[in-house]
Amino acid sequence: MENLKALYKTPKSLIKKNMHYCPGCGHSIVHKLIAGILDEFDIQDKTFFVAPVGCAVLMYDYIDCDTVEAPHGRAPAIATGIKRTKPENIVISYQGDGDLLAIGTAETIHTANRGENITVIFINNAIYGMTGGQMAPTTLIGQKTLTSPKGRNLLTEGAPIRACELINSLDAPVFIERCKVTDSKSIIKTRNVLKKALKYQIEKKGYSFVEILSSCPTNWGLSPIDSNKWIDEKLTEIFPVKNFRDNGV
Amino acid sequence: MSKKELMKGNEALAEASIIAGCRYYFGYPITPQNEVPAYMSKRLPEVGGVFVQAESELASINMVYGAAATGVRAMTSSSSPGISLMQEGLSYMAGCEMPALIVNVMRGGPGLGNIAPSQADYLQSVKGGGHGDYHLIVLSPSSVQEIVDLTILAFDYAFKYRNPAMLMFDGILRQMSEPVVLPQFKEIKSDYEWALGQGKKQNIIRSLFLVPENKLELHNLHLQGKYQQIKNEINLYETYLCDDAEYFFVAYGTPSRVCRASIEVLRNKGVKIGLFRPISLWPFPDNSLKKTVGNANKIFVVEMAYNQLEQDVALSIENKDKIVRFNKLGGAIFTEEEIINFVIKNV
Repeated sequence: MENLKALYKTPKSLIKKNMHYCPGCGHSIVHKLIAGILDEFDIQDKTFFVAPVGCAVLMYDYIDCDTVEAPHGRAPAIATGIKRTKPENIVISYQGDGDLLAIGTAETIHTANRGENITVIFINNAIYGMTGGQMAPTTLIGQKTLTSPKGRNLLTEGAPIRACELINSLDAPVFIERCKVTDSKSIIKTRNVLKKALKYQIEKKGYSFVEILSSCPTNWGLSPIDSNKWIDEKLTEIFPVKNFRDNGV
Repeated sequence: MSKKELMKGNEALAEASIIAGCRYYFGYPITPQNEVPAYMSKRLPEVGGVFVQAESELASINMVYGAAATGVRAMTSSSSPGISLMQEGLSYMAGCEMPALIVNVMRGGPGLGNIAPSQADYLQSVKGGGHGDYHLIVLSPSSVQEIVDLTILAFDYAFKYRNPAMLMFDGILRQMSEPVVLPQFKEIKSDYEWALGQGKKQNIIRSLFLVPENKLELHNLHLQGKYQQIKNEINLYETYLCDDAEYFFVAYGTPSRVCRASIEVLRNKGVKIGLFRPISLWPFPDNSLKKTVGNANKIFVVEMAYNQLEQDVALSIENKDKIVRFNKLGGAIFTEEEIINFVIKNV
């Protein structure tokens, strides 16, 4: 019940305005969840975001925290620079699949491997949203995109990369979990996961990574409802929703 | 009390940056600047600082960007190929007006080139290097003492103008040992109103300007206004025996030292020659150069690069037909004898 109340209230850390995200897009849900947690921990004033290249670059229009815009893929390096100078502040790197797993793979892996005491929130929608729907590192085999018009081909484009599993091969990370935001149950679950990740950062436990399977109805060419169905039925098959590591307790 | 000690160029650079208040260094190994991260990894923890060896130059410049966003003095150092990788980050930092120090100990190029001294990154450094209309403040020392002085000055300029500053020199100065006087440690602040965590209003460090439509243009006009101010206020150069000179060397860094050393011999042979040494490469001391060499019979532009410094010399003066170029490429260096013979042949 407490969770539900927190979920449906407009958080103080959220700027009240219409978001530019498409109907059914997962970003707006995740923004609201994060803002609510900032309120709950009373850390809005000490939290810094690193915004990615992509649709969420404008996240500072919605979450009322100091924010740095990162070059494409470099968000974890910027987060490292911030955290090393301001270890008492909370630093959140918010990234999409192209950002985190294509152009920024090196930064993703090495920041996790150093065990930087930051939280990386990974929005995985299996496509490049902002640029109009190109194939992403997490695009499923057979999934049609602007640049895989016949569907992603395993032999020429490779298989989707699983971020949690990759990061789980490293020693340093403290918390790794994959969630989704397709219904109220999974949204509440995701809220709890995000809360745990941030709690560990507050407690200086180390690096936490939360992947959120999120919909992109516009570029998938599906209705918001069918998009959520596609996540539940197809995406979770390749990207299992589960906790991979919890060394924070 | 300031003390005098014998230091190598790269060590002097590292210690000077700490004197300047830098406590955050991010870098990636590349020759010929490896003494800098080695020194910093040992020295920074002693003064409560942080050293991070990044996974690439892309990461190190963005770590510097993140640190700079909090208002602290942060730096990185690298050499030519690594500096090429940093151009994206430098463009962002210039766009976001983030102050920091970037050091380029230049080596031979293009490509992997070699690890010998070079000045072939001149145009990359002074004309922009990354995408968009921007400038770095670029200073170039020619002695170990000047490495110390300009490192501190470059940090001060970076924060005065909220702009990344670059110190660049060739690999000879990096390993040259000279006596230096180290100044007192600087007291610095980091609570700039533009920095993260000032708690007054939401601070956004950004280079994206979408709405209204002319916002990016206005931002660029603001940057250009700042660059004009920098041009008006920074004009660093040195002249040597220019007052009665009929011939001139224009050179910076190590080649300027070889030119300077050859002046006495040339004057004894009856060639009245002087040296104009630009120290700020951007902004370039164009008016001062123009005034100095206005009546020159010949202007010898001596650089370890091909027609790079020379382009700025030509843009600065009216008598560009007097320019005689003397270049060394691919890591080769000038000897005094070569320069003397070249001048004698060409006067």
